[in-house]
Amino acid sequence: MAASPPSDAGLRVSLEVEIPSDVAYIERVVELIRHPCAELAYNAHQLALNVPVALSEAISNAILRANNEDPGKRVFVRADVDTQRLVVDVQDEGAHFDLDHDTRDATDPENIEREDGRGLFLMRALMDRVERFDANGRPQGNVVRLILSRS
Amino acid sequence: MSFTIKKEGEIVVVDVEGQLIVGNRQELKQKVLDELERGEKKFLIDFAQTGYIDSSGLGVLVSLSKKIREQGGELRLANLNDDLKTLFELTKLDTLFQISDTRDRALASF
Repeated sequence: MAASPPSDAGLRVSLEVEIPSDVAYIERVVELIRHPCAELAYNAHQLALNVPVALSEAISNAILRANNEDPGKRVFVRADVDTQRLVVDVQDEGAHFDLDHDTRDATDPENIEREDGRGLFLMRALMDRVERFDANGRPQGNVVRLILSRS
Repeated sequence: MSFTIKKEGEIVVVDVEGQLIVGNRQELKQKVLDELERGEKKFLIDFAQTGYIDSSGLGVLVSLSKKIREQGGELRLANLNDDLKTLFELTKLDTLFQISDTRDRALASF
């Protein structure tokens, strides 16, 4: 009798990606992280909506707002995926910001017709938890941590 | 990812293939604005072949909606899958746009 395949329960995938401050890289980084989530059977909505949109927002904020598209600054992305949850850290080299203060309620009638300002709102709506802390060992920089439990 | 524009009678139909995100939103905006400058008034954006949309993509749709309205035109959307519908509902943009389930219904609604 053939041995049954090992369970996914013991699997963990870790990735580190470093990119220049150029939005053209975002889609590739999203795919690099979405792939192991798909391998570990995250549900279809998480794969099509929560993971790609929240990641895209976090990386885009790092490039456009924090690093101000400065070609001398980089964005560092670290992802850990297992069968329980996805944790992604997106680190920039920009000035510190306040996650709560800068998150605008996109559903407020005054904001609905705004062209911008939905990024942090969407990140927080699509992830179980979003945290911001200072980048370790750097004079400037933020780490935005996205956490999503598999369902 | 690409944007295909064709005419269905008086209506300019834009198919969004792949993602509508910060890296390509300007391309969509410019293509639609070019048609608007040529005097077109009725626009339908079809998302049947779209993956995901980020906040910049949503922002460009809001911007186009305003510019088209300012010129006396109309913008409608069609074929949002369940995840895209959720995105529009989360941001309440489903209240800003006229959204049809199918391309045919959207075309008939003008």
